[in-house]
Amino acid sequence: MAKVLLFGRLRDVAGWRERLYEPGPTTLGALKALIAGQDADLAAALEAPGVQAAVDRILARGDCPLAPGVEVAFMPTMSGG
Amino acid sequence: MIALTEQPFDPGAELNRFCRGRSETGAVASFVGLARGAADQAAVLELEAYPGFTEGEIGRIAEAATVRFALHDVSITHRVGRITSGEAIVMVITAAAHRREAFEACDHLMDYLKSRAPLWKKEHGSAGPRWVEPTARDLADAERWAPLQGADIP
Repeated sequence: MAKVLLFGRLRDVAGWRERLYEPGPTTLGALKALIAGQDADLAAALEAPGVQAAVDRILARGDCPLAPGVEVAFMPTMSGG
Repeated sequence: MIALTEQPFDPGAELNRFCRGRSETGAVASFVGLARGAADQAAVLELEAYPGFTEGEIGRIAEAATVRFALHDVSITHRVGRITSGEAIVMVITAAAHRREAFEACDHLMDYLKSRAPLWKKEHGSAGPRWVEPTARDLADAERWAPLQGADIP
């Protein structure tokens, strides 16, 4: 199982804030491929410049493995204060 | 101290609390950012955070500034949720032995918060809602601070 969170404009594109994937993909790349198969608009938004992913609240650089029960957050460019 | 709050806060009370009981600190500098109410600005702002992650990332920015400017202490209070014009959005307070470090750290922290803090801002104006991203000016301000080897954020 993987919990996926969307922030900022990504949430507006997808129309949801939080979703559970069961069974959870085993890599970040596989999760993105799964999303791409379901929602092309969201997949395109995730590839936009400045979008970052955090895996269990740690910023991920490139692809990485996902453990069962993981929390993945996709975050657009940060607005700051 | 890093605090995200959905409730309005009193900048004066924060500053008094921060200054209390210090014997080694010679300088305290503070900055308060307000939600602007000008005609071309949004009437209501909405700031979204990632609870647990946003505090940690702001904490990393604060720790790097503490090393860089030899701060005695730093306090960052940030509103999240719905904010109306005239309310304080953010307050940064720095304590150092001397004023230069306190001033510069406050300036540096605001530049980093404006461009790197994991917060997402939505303006609800007359033209409808709009997500806001850092302006070219915000990014250029952050670029003024050269990375400090080994202590700064990559």
